[in-house]
Amino acid sequence: MKTTLITVAGLLFGTAALADGHTPVLTVYAPDYFGSEWGPGPSIEAAFEERCGCDLQYQTGDLLPRLLLEGARTEADVAIGFNSDITKQARDSGMFAPHGLDLSPLTLPIDWNDDTFLPFNYGHTAFIYDNTKLDGFDSFEALLNAPDDVRIVIQDPRSSISGLALVLWVQAVYGDEAEAAWLRLAPKIVTVTQGWSESYGLFTDGEADVVLSYTTSPAYHIIAEEDLTKSAAIFEEGHYFMVELAAKLATTDQPELADEFMAFILTEEFQTMIPTTNWSFPAALPVDQWPEGFQDLPMPETVLFYDENEAAALRDTAIEAWRSALSQ
Amino acid sequence: MAQRVVAIIAALIVAGLVIGPVTAVLWRGGGFTALSAADLSALQFTVWQAFWSAVISVALAIPVARALARRSFWGRSALISIMGAPFILPVIVAILGLLAVFGGNGFVNLILEPLGVPKLDIYGPHGVILAHVFFNLPLAVRLILQGWLTIPSERFRVAASLAAPVFWLLEWPMLRRIVPGAFAVIFVICIGSFAVALTLGGGPKATTVELAIYQAFKFDFDLSKAASLAVVQLCLGLGAGLIALLLARGDMLGAGFDRVVQRWDGSRLLDATWTGLATLFLMAPLLAIFIAGLAGLFDLPIGIWGAALRSFLISLGAVALTMALALPLATKAGEAASLLGLSVSGLVLGTGMFLIVQPYVRPSSVALPVTMLVNVLMALPFVLRILRPGVESARVDFGRLGQSLGLRGWALWRIVYLPRLRRPMGFAAGLTGALAMGDLGVITLFSRPGEGTLPMAMYQLMGAYQMDAAYGAALLLVMLSLGLFWAFDKGGRAHAVV
Repeated sequence: MKTTLITVAGLLFGTAALADGHTPVLTVYAPDYFGSEWGPGPSIEAAFEERCGCDLQYQTGDLLPRLLLEGARTEADVAIGFNSDITKQARDSGMFAPHGLDLSPLTLPIDWNDDTFLPFNYGHTAFIYDNTKLDGFDSFEALLNAPDDVRIVIQDPRSSISGLALVLWVQAVYGDEAEAAWLRLAPKIVTVTQGWSESYGLFTDGEADVVLSYTTSPAYHIIAEEDLTKSAAIFEEGHYFMVELAAKLATTDQPELADEFMAFILTEEFQTMIPTTNWSFPAALPVDQWPEGFQDLPMPETVLFYDENEAAALRDTAIEAWRSALSQ
Repeated sequence: MAQRVVAIIAALIVAGLVIGPVTAVLWRGGGFTALSAADLSALQFTVWQAFWSAVISVALAIPVARALARRSFWGRSALISIMGAPFILPVIVAILGLLAVFGGNGFVNLILEPLGVPKLDIYGPHGVILAHVFFNLPLAVRLILQGWLTIPSERFRVAASLAAPVFWLLEWPMLRRIVPGAFAVIFVICIGSFAVALTLGGGPKATTVELAIYQAFKFDFDLSKAASLAVVQLCLGLGAGLIALLLARGDMLGAGFDRVVQRWDGSRLLDATWTGLATLFLMAPLLAIFIAGLAGLFDLPIGIWGAALRSFLISLGAVALTMALALPLATKAGEAASLLGLSVSGLVLGTGMFLIVQPYVRPSSVALPVTMLVNVLMALPFVLRILRPGVESARVDFGRLGQSLGLRGWALWRIVYLPRLRRPMGFAAGLTGALAMGDLGVITLFSRPGEGTLPMAMYQLMGAYQMDAAYGAALLLVMLSLGLFWAFDKGGRAHAVV
């Protein structure tokens, strides 16, 4: 019975594997959102296949756990969608090879000279609010001082990458006083969700006034919905920088294609696809080439960032400050 | 004896499908890890909330089930079908529905506010329990209702004519037999809770073991820790199963002529109140989901339909396989063993299966069958809870008659058991199918684009900010799940003897 079902399932769903034997296949591992038909994956696939004469196939799921499970046996040639706060573990695995690219096209707000992990988009953590209901907050202090009836929803740093970025942000702004800051924020936090989607759903449903998201979130509402009521509060203390990265697998059996894809990431064609499919800032594109809704977004003046070693070292402290304050 | 061999084989398959993957993860992680203080407090909270969620679900279910059992009114059978819906909702949808009713700007607070009553704050341990009762009350009602329907109608007639205490004489023995099992199943479901507990619990105070597993796997890649916690879950599930077995006494009430129950006792008003309250509590969030999804339903992206078809096929497969395993396993020991599959984290099961198949096939090419298999394991305990009382009373009541007529093997099943099991089988199949349809499950671990399921597509839409479309997809999911549930359940009830 099981074999029959597997066969039936294979016939129904296995079409992606049926590429003809002569076209080389580039296997790209990506997070689920990236490869979905509502993410950036499909247009990137089409554009790259046009230039490489190859077949780009995504495999989606939890990127790093899956690669670590598979180890040297992995079929991945390239993996795209790492976050800088967890790349230390990825690098320590020794599974990735240097990209060998010139990084001068990068337009990030911080210096980046990693020879393995290549940025393809970025954003900053930010609190989003409805500007018809709230005046906004110009600093973290202002948010902490806000009346307790402002309802904030955030993500859990133990299960969500944006939640982790938030505790690192608080750590960067308040240092040893992080727990005290969390204690002041705690009465306003209605709840903590597993991931970003639940939080954002609570916010758009009106269950929360303020949601932890990204500086780029208003762009979606402006461009896709022509809704100007969502704003990111820009804090004078600065915002935590979040970058997404790609890397080439050391074990790839398509090294030339993998190199070509890595180089493709830095091209204008790739970068112009990022803003309105990934709803984030492109990593290597001058501001004047950004779509209009993005050019007008208020940008933080100060960018706070921990490199992967600092992030790994501070993680437990930052999460504990959060947990201890919110458990009281 | 052939029957016994089949039962043993089925039990071994189930145990192997649970213990194999956990062992694989443990092996790969290099053995057990000691639990930290945070893990222990998570464990404490997990057991505490699961216990109370199960106690309250079952306690409320008893009067509701009794009301449904002894009254007949227009729309009763439709109500019983729809009341099952919360149990099969995807977690995120249920949370949003509950908050539309009980949240800060929810319906309840809209009513309370003008009355000058302080706002209801749903977030906290009571929120977790409320949500779990919302999910599990329907299951408890159905399980207990089935118990009521196994009491032969002749007994009620006799009791009525003698003015005997119906409750102590007829209903109490039935409850003692049914309730411990219902409690155990719900307790074990709540052990695995994660997103509900976190979101409605209001933060890290409401950390469960499942969250610790998720963190160990996704952030720390600490497989040893993930597997150790999964073993803790296994022990909890097994413990709950054994306690239920010990407590579940109470005699069978013997056979009747299998006729429809007529009752002369009980207060109509009381029964109407219980039915009304339960309907309101369970239906209000569903209505909110319906309203939220309606707008998005008509401009769903085309890719949704493929996902819906895949989800549909997975559920049909899960139903077939679950039924094939459940019939031979419908014994005391089988039911206890099946709790294993429900108690262990789906994430660990999926990872273990990934590790096991990886040397032989490309994991993503078996993502859908593996998803189906995990769904079968999760559904078995419910299915057995539903089937076992029926199988046992059929065995006790008609087994000897069948034997004396020389019925054996398939003929015995076809003539004696299956006709009597139509109703529970239909219900069990409907539940399995609906659950498999709504399960996000292990497919998120390894899949290929364009091969996702409907719940997965819903999350992807949310991740792409398309909340309206996501709610539309959620509504589609609810309608498909309910439709499937209704079709099986109805199929089971048509011409059912019992």
